[in-house]
Amino acid sequence: MARKQNEKIVSLEEFQEKIDRDEKIEPKDSMPEAYRKTLIRQIGQHAHSEVVGMLPEGNWITRAPTLRRKLSLLAKVQDEAGHGLYLYCAAETLGKSRMEMNQELLSGKAKYSSIFNYPTPTWADIGAIGWLVDGAAIMNQIPLCRCSYGPYARAMIRICKEESFHQRQGYEIMLTLARGTKAQKEMAQRALNRWWWPSVMMFGPSDADSPNTENSVKWKIKRYTNDELRQKFVDAIVPQAEKIGLTVPDKDLKWDKKRNNGQGGYAYGEINWDEFWRVVRGDGPMNNERISAKQKAWNEGSWVRAAAHAHALKKQTALQAAE
Amino acid sequence: MVSEEKETILWEVFIQPKNGLSHRHCGSIHAPDREMAILSARNVYSRRGEGQSIWVVRSIDIVSSDPDEKEETFSSDDKIYRHPTFYDVPDDVGHM
Repeated sequence: MARKQNEKIVSLEEFQEKIDRDEKIEPKDSMPEAYRKTLIRQIGQHAHSEVVGMLPEGNWITRAPTLRRKLSLLAKVQDEAGHGLYLYCAAETLGKSRMEMNQELLSGKAKYSSIFNYPTPTWADIGAIGWLVDGAAIMNQIPLCRCSYGPYARAMIRICKEESFHQRQGYEIMLTLARGTKAQKEMAQRALNRWWWPSVMMFGPSDADSPNTENSVKWKIKRYTNDELRQKFVDAIVPQAEKIGLTVPDKDLKWDKKRNNGQGGYAYGEINWDEFWRVVRGDGPMNNERISAKQKAWNEGSWVRAAAHAHALKKQTALQAAE
Repeated sequence: MVSEEKETILWEVFIQPKNGLSHRHCGSIHAPDREMAILSARNVYSRRGEGQSIWVVRSIDIVSSDPDEKEETFSSDDKIYRHPTFYDVPDDVGHM
């Protein structure tokens, strides 16, 4: 049920002035069509990412090594479902229906973060996801709390508040394995090797190849460019890896005092953009599995939705008869 | 294959953190009826004890003012006499 949108045309200049004054845009305000489209695309992809993000981790709920770990992982996966819903709700305020977004995810038309198209073969992968993937997501999401679109910014504030435990939970898993037996430490290192580059790629194409960035920054949807966020991420993670005795798998990684306007930062090696685009285009290790799992869940849940509707109708009819 | 299904009802969710505070809008939820709307609202918007009371209202039942008529609807810049600082009271009268 898409809410009726305000059709009044706003001039681009007028709109930009409002953005420049740091005023928030709310659902019924006039907005340029391109602003609405950009947000629908971005919030929709973000929502789909939260939802698909449940799959690689959900895989390990039944095999978590202790009850404590199982409880944490359950709570984290449940949070991700919630975060997906906050975001769908924000996208719906822009006039796109939930059903339409869902159909686009199930048909494979909609994109979601490529990171979830990688497999989770060991328990250490769950640690690496929390530490690196949620770490990268938080880097991305904190500036979005100040996004110019009110409902998106409010959803992000809730999400960031809830997500801070996710990264700590992942790092704790890695730390425990890194201090464990030789085999456990090796398992942690291998998971870091698997997840490092895909995590670095999570920030998207480099600024030179990111055509959407300019408008998004101008409209204050994005506050930092992909490369700026990527740099922050690398700078934050490298010392955390050192702290637990794991090695970031990049032989070109070194301290560069010229980075970050002379404050210093890590120089990192060449990113394999062929791999990035290959996975975006659908040819990653798990693309088919992820979409099939979503389709299966949707189809198998069909009777539950039908029953809920029938129940609602029955009660409504009874209520009307009693009146 | 993915089957076409009809949209469920959209509800706006309001949560009251504790007695003494008002219910506050926190988002929306899809559900076929009000009982299921309350249940889903609790699962989605109150996983960490954020509230002790939930309201759900059908989104289509909310009537709203037109944002393009903000000026006409809300302008009161010319009515400064509605604010306490408009009135002159000697300083030695103290706090009033």
